[in-house]
Amino acid sequence: MSEKSLTIIATKGTLDWAYPPFILSSTAAALGYNVTMFFTFYGLQLLKKDLNLSVSPLGNPGMPMPMGMDKWFPVLGTAIPGMQAMMTGMMKNTIKSKGVASVAELRNLCLEADVKMIGCQMTIDLFDIKHEDLIDEIDLGGAATYFENAGQSDINLFI
Amino acid sequence: MSDFNQELDARGLNCPLPILRAKKTLNGMNAGEILKIIATDPGSVKDFEAFATQTGNQLMDSSEANGEFHFFLKKGG
Repeated sequence: MSEKSLTIIATKGTLDWAYPPFILSSTAAALGYNVTMFFTFYGLQLLKKDLNLSVSPLGNPGMPMPMGMDKWFPVLGTAIPGMQAMMTGMMKNTIKSKGVASVAELRNLCLEADVKMIGCQMTIDLFDIKHEDLIDEIDLGGAATYFENAGQSDINLFI
Repeated sequence: MSDFNQELDARGLNCPLPILRAKKTLNGMNAGEILKIIATDPGSVKDFEAFATQTGNQLMDSSEANGEFHFFLKKGG
């Protein structure tokens, strides 16, 4: 069976959007794909040693809320201080109770399966991200580095 | 089916963990050996079929009883 390959550009740094890139990458690796992930802009949050991701109900009408809160809670209410922390806490509890892996666990599974992770050098400079805050297993690079992998890849996703 | 070399309890785990754990367990097994997997994720039924098709491991049997799914995977060569 010839080896297939996948590349993913991960651009989002929230708890909910951390899942698609890591789920797809870890699964593709398990299926024998050669996987490269490129983390840019807010996606760089997913490479922090200390993963402290949140989910926001703000501007997110698709987000289910417990006890049917979304039915009667005014949209502006989602901007109340503490709302984000509360929703993040609830989401983390739900994730645990449903047997869904944590983001850190999925990221470790990716690393164990030799998924290649590239952090965007430009974003690191732009946001003054400290190298020591990022996990050690990554390489840094730019758009050309991404295309080196994407140009010969079977599947390229932007998330 | 009752004969198997190793058993993996993936009950309570959700996508993609049953597949990832199965892959990891298969890595430590020899070609031709059989891995039994017990899962509760209904999505795992389709996923183990797809996993077998794409990896060259053979899904010998797939069954459901009391909300649990049993899979028998034969490791490919």
